[in-house]
Amino acid sequence: MSVQTPPKRPLVEVRDLKMHFPILGGLLRRQVGAVKAVDGVSFEILPGETLGVVGESGCGKSTVGRAVLRLYEATAGSVIIDGEDIAAMPAEKLRQKRPTMQMVFQDPQASLNPRMTVAGIIGEPLDEHTDWSRARKLERIYELMDAVGLNRDFANRYPHAFSGGQRQRIGIARALALNPKFIVCDEPIAALDVSIQAQVVNLLEQLQDDFGLTYLFISHDLSMVRHIADRVAVMYLGKIVELAPVAELYANPLHPYTEALLSAVPEPDPSIEARKDRIVLKGDVPSPANPPKGCNFCTRCPKVMEICHRIDPETIEAAPGHLVACHLISNKQTAGSTGGPEAERKQTENQQGEVA
Amino acid sequence: MFNYTMRRLLLAIPTLLFIALAIFLLLELSPGDPMADMPLTIPPDVREQMRLALGLGEPWYIRFVKWLYLFSVVEPSHVLASITGLENLAIDSQRIISFQTRSPVGDIIAQRLPQTLWVVGLSYLFGIMVALPIGIYSAYRQYSWFDQAGTFVSMVGFSLPTFFTGPLLILIFSIWLGWFPIIYDTTLVVDSWHNFALQMRQMAMPVFVLTLYNAAQITRFMRASMLDNLTQDYVRTARAKGLTERIVVLVHVLRNSMIPVITVIALGIPQIFTGAIITEQIFRVNGLGQLLITAIYATDIPMVLTLSVVFAILIVLFNLIADLLYAVFDPRIRYD
Repeated sequence: MSVQTPPKRPLVEVRDLKMHFPILGGLLRRQVGAVKAVDGVSFEILPGETLGVVGESGCGKSTVGRAVLRLYEATAGSVIIDGEDIAAMPAEKLRQKRPTMQMVFQDPQASLNPRMTVAGIIGEPLDEHTDWSRARKLERIYELMDAVGLNRDFANRYPHAFSGGQRQRIGIARALALNPKFIVCDEPIAALDVSIQAQVVNLLEQLQDDFGLTYLFISHDLSMVRHIADRVAVMYLGKIVELAPVAELYANPLHPYTEALLSAVPEPDPSIEARKDRIVLKGDVPSPANPPKGCNFCTRCPKVMEICHRIDPETIEAAPGHLVACHLISNKQTAGSTGGPEAERKQTENQQGEVA
Repeated sequence: MFNYTMRRLLLAIPTLLFIALAIFLLLELSPGDPMADMPLTIPPDVREQMRLALGLGEPWYIRFVKWLYLFSVVEPSHVLASITGLENLAIDSQRIISFQTRSPVGDIIAQRLPQTLWVVGLSYLFGIMVALPIGIYSAYRQYSWFDQAGTFVSMVGFSLPTFFTGPLLILIFSIWLGWFPIIYDTTLVVDSWHNFALQMRQMAMPVFVLTLYNAAQITRFMRASMLDNLTQDYVRTARAKGLTERIVVLVHVLRNSMIPVITVIALGIPQIFTGAIITEQIFRVNGLGQLLITAIYATDIPMVLTLSVVFAILIVLFNLIADLLYAVFDPRIRYD
């Protein structure tokens, strides 16, 4: 799926999304601070495209997913889905718009109501948003169960009677019930066995082809994202540090954090794996309640410069469709006019060698 | 489920036999003499004959077995006869006799039961009706002023004993304001609107005291259970489905939250029968609680034993009912 096809209007446009959770403290439980789980995130997703979001635990990936669907009330920013701003919509209108945007949740056990049957779980959105007859609803439930590969005989069973992979299929069938355009997949495979992960990812891809779905695919599994996504956003401490088409990002990572992440992906070939130089980041992720001054990554960056501790880097388009927020890159562009990009690239590689 | 219920009921028989024996032996070992309140002028040999007439001459195991026979065969037949109205169902034999009144224990219990059921049962019902909405809304708006006020009131209801709130209410509403009578009049027959109003007035204070206490407990349970469920992932799923907030809270969250609460409510039902001993004493409601206390004072062994075993049966029975309700409301639990 090419990204540069004739100008399509993006289905999802997120502008400067911020999600700060208040920290209450003191005798009267006043707000004494905020956890900046998501701090100014912007991206677009074209119809039929899959945007992968990767990053380590606690970087705000899931929060982005939930805030985009307004399952959290975002602190600031706008989320335009299908031409309407979700973030500013009144509650009742939002509820009626829910069918167009759905979510597949991370924990297939906890996200299904234990007291409802599979038919009840899948069919409930139909009760709420359609005036179909019982027979027609049941027909639709069976259709969805077929689509995700669940046996129709299981319709009256409860979620606890299923395996993890089957439960995730129930979750996917539920999300599909009202023909959504946009689905946020919040680590849909993280809780599953490796053998089941491939099945679920293939199912998601097949459903995308069949129904023309648009995905926001959140994961910490870099190889899975490489497989399913068209473009990838890398998040660190509540911000997108790099966003690029999948091939470009994996071949030519610009941000030091992306480089470190990619160097951690295991190689299938043991001889290459043994010789591989890993970039090992030192220290812990700073608290999102108290992020460092300047660039968020400056406390752990192997290529940190003096400017990084002072100024938060702007996001710039380093190559067509390749966005990155790093002082190294802005340096490179200004340096390009004098020394040329080749020299600069060599220097970067040297630095990488030193660190590893 | 049927097999499970049968198995539990069979297991209850040895449990109850053991409880009955334990209570019997405790009463046997305890000091006190049923003849103690007889005049001292009665000569010793007459006194001894009176003891023999009460059946106290036989060894304890004979008395226990005899009581057991009367309790499990003769008394149930009389209960059955009075419920169905068929007099010939009742076995014509000696019945369990109260030492105090010399009348059958079963008849006295039947006289006292309505007062207890009305006062304590009504307060339990009111307690549930008040507690559930407050618990639900408190949890939904956690830390709001409503929640804070509800928490405060239930802490007050929880920590103030009924022997404090009871006299306090009597002082304020009977003595200072004169709105309600101090003593519950059991002889009042509700046959007119006027008497109905009197009945309401005399029930008001004991019912209020017990409602406050019951509601305080159930509110805490309801709130805690709702809070547990409100943060569950399936609630987010329900919101993502685009359901109205009413359905999310009252169908998804409430149905799951009710499972532990229903159990607590079921386990509390025997309390309605055992009566609120202290509250009945304070407001002079002559219900089962008061009956038990006066029987203990008078060393009325058959009465204390019979009442205690009836309570034990109710507790065992409602434990079983609570377990069965779990299976009815939670599809994850199954008894086979």
